[in-house]
Amino acid sequence: MEKSYIVKQISIFSENRPGRLAAIAGALRDAKINIFAFSIAEANGFGVVRALVDRPEDAHRTLTDLGFRVSFTDVIGVKMRDEPGGLSEVASVLGDAGINIEYAYAYSGRDGAVLILRVDQVEDAVRQILDRGGELLKASLFR
Amino acid sequence: MAPWNRQVEEMPPDELRRLQYRLAKALVQRVYETSEFYRRRMKEHGVRPDDIRSLADIGKLPFMYKRDLRDNYPDGLFCAPKEELVRYHVSSGTTGKPTVVGYTRHDIENWSESLARGFSSCGLGRGDVLQVSYGYGLFTGGLGVHYGAEKVGATVLPTSVGNTERQIELMQDLHTTAIACTPSYLLHLGEVAEKMGVSIRDDTDLRIGILGAEPWSEQMRSRIEDWLGIRAYDIYGTSELSGPMFTECSEQKGIHIWGDLALAEVVDPETGEVLPPGERGELVITILQKEAFPMIRYRVGDITVMDEEPCACGRTHPRIHRIQGRVDDMLIVRGINVFPSQVEHALLEIPEVGRHFQIVVDRKGALDAMLVRVEVSEEAFSDKITDLMMIRKMVEHRLRSSLNVGVDVELVEPGTLPRFEGKSKKVVDRRSL
Ligand SMILES: [Zn+2]
Repeated sequence: MEKSYIVKQISIFSENRPGRLAAIAGALRDAKINIFAFSIAEANGFGVVRALVDRPEDAHRTLTDLGFRVSFTDVIGVKMRDEPGGLSEVASVLGDAGINIEYAYAYSGRDGAVLILRVDQVEDAVRQILDRGGELLKASLFR
Repeated sequence: MAPWNRQVEEMPPDELRRLQYRLAKALVQRVYETSEFYRRRMKEHGVRPDDIRSLADIGKLPFMYKRDLRDNYPDGLFCAPKEELVRYHVSSGTTGKPTVVGYTRHDIENWSESLARGFSSCGLGRGDVLQVSYGYGLFTGGLGVHYGAEKVGATVLPTSVGNTERQIELMQDLHTTAIACTPSYLLHLGEVAEKMGVSIRDDTDLRIGILGAEPWSEQMRSRIEDWLGIRAYDIYGTSELSGPMFTECSEQKGIHIWGDLALAEVVDPETGEVLPPGERGELVITILQKEAFPMIRYRVGDITVMDEEPCACGRTHPRIHRIQGRVDDMLIVRGINVFPSQVEHALLEIPEVGRHFQIVVDRKGALDAMLVRVEVSEEAFSDKITDLMMIRKMVEHRLRSSLNVGVDVELVEPGTLPRFEGKSKKVVDRRSL
């Protein structure tokens, strides 16, 4: 049951040089792959581009063929209530359950804001959020 | 297999050193008397044959360099009358004039003796069929190995280089048990054989590879041995020293340098100071019994380590480690000698990064800064920045401990580093700019 809420994010290693993000986005566009959300995490000299796309397998193959280092990561997408305190509520649910958030980023879609989370115990996190009445993105959106 | 020349090969080390001293002393005396070049060079250096009173005194003699060979082209360094020569070999220089090496009958005899001992030590002898896939002709590889193999009583199949399919057919038809060639040619031969539907492992009698004439690694050895089902031995020599002369023994832990034929030293490439066993430096060779073309303290330009520990095979002669690179590739970073091959070897031990790399040396203020660019391997790539930072720190740490100099590591995208050998791309030295 929890598995149906575990979303496959693609993560791409990228050097911090001009044009790398454009190259990734251009390759996905040419393959007619839709990007729902992305974030960039940077260290000095390199970064990781993380993206939710409609066809993760195709995106993985397309970018790997172009020479990018790509991996899949299990994440969850929490639908945020459009009211103050939404974020702290999610954080405290997970915190109370002893689940660590490795990173988070948000995007605003057709049905409102969604918080993408990578956590250390993904199935526990799904259960906790659903038990507390939270709403999660279905993995079936991403095929 | 039993030593080819047990009396010499298992000589007690003290006795061997005394023999080396006598031979070196006689050599110096002889070249001083017969060769204008050596006499002049020794006088310039303020050293006379009488000054050689112990083996260590060899260190008083001046070095010889490749340029001495070129400057004295074609025969200015010869020390035997022309009519005593029975052969010439010529190596083409990448720059400038080629090098001509002459041999008397006795020189050919010693060269063959050296290889006969080596081949026996890797288990090659009567009943073996050795396919010699080194080039025959002016190059020393083909004929050198040929004579050594005939001496131990092996049957030689002198295929020379090229026509790989025919080589594979002959290998099957004549039941080749050993092959002498470059490691990369053997890999190529294995691939061609597979395309022909022939498995070297299952469809041939090949059991030994005598491989050299180009740099190779332990990783390459494992790959060749596992894939082809043979034992692969390193062979070493350069045309200036006669040609291929020395091989590993069955222990595969270094190349025995026959002390009665050659005196090996390892020196600091910068200062010329002789280094103790175990320290990495430039190989310097004196060929002790050569008549036509003696070499005294020749700076070979190859990087290795001297090993004087007793070998499990029972032979008492010292060994050198597999050649680890060329002096020309050496970088000096904050006063420490660094070889790109050390970086390469260190990276091969770290599965988190690929084997390709680029070294960038720069100057930050008064200090040299060394940056090594590497690719994160597919297995190790994590989308957590902290994991990647840890990989970077770990690689920095490992490189620092193997190079003895601080290194910054940069993680780069796959496929962006130079794929081919050659200093020009693997090392970028910005300090001179
Ligand atoms: Zn040995």
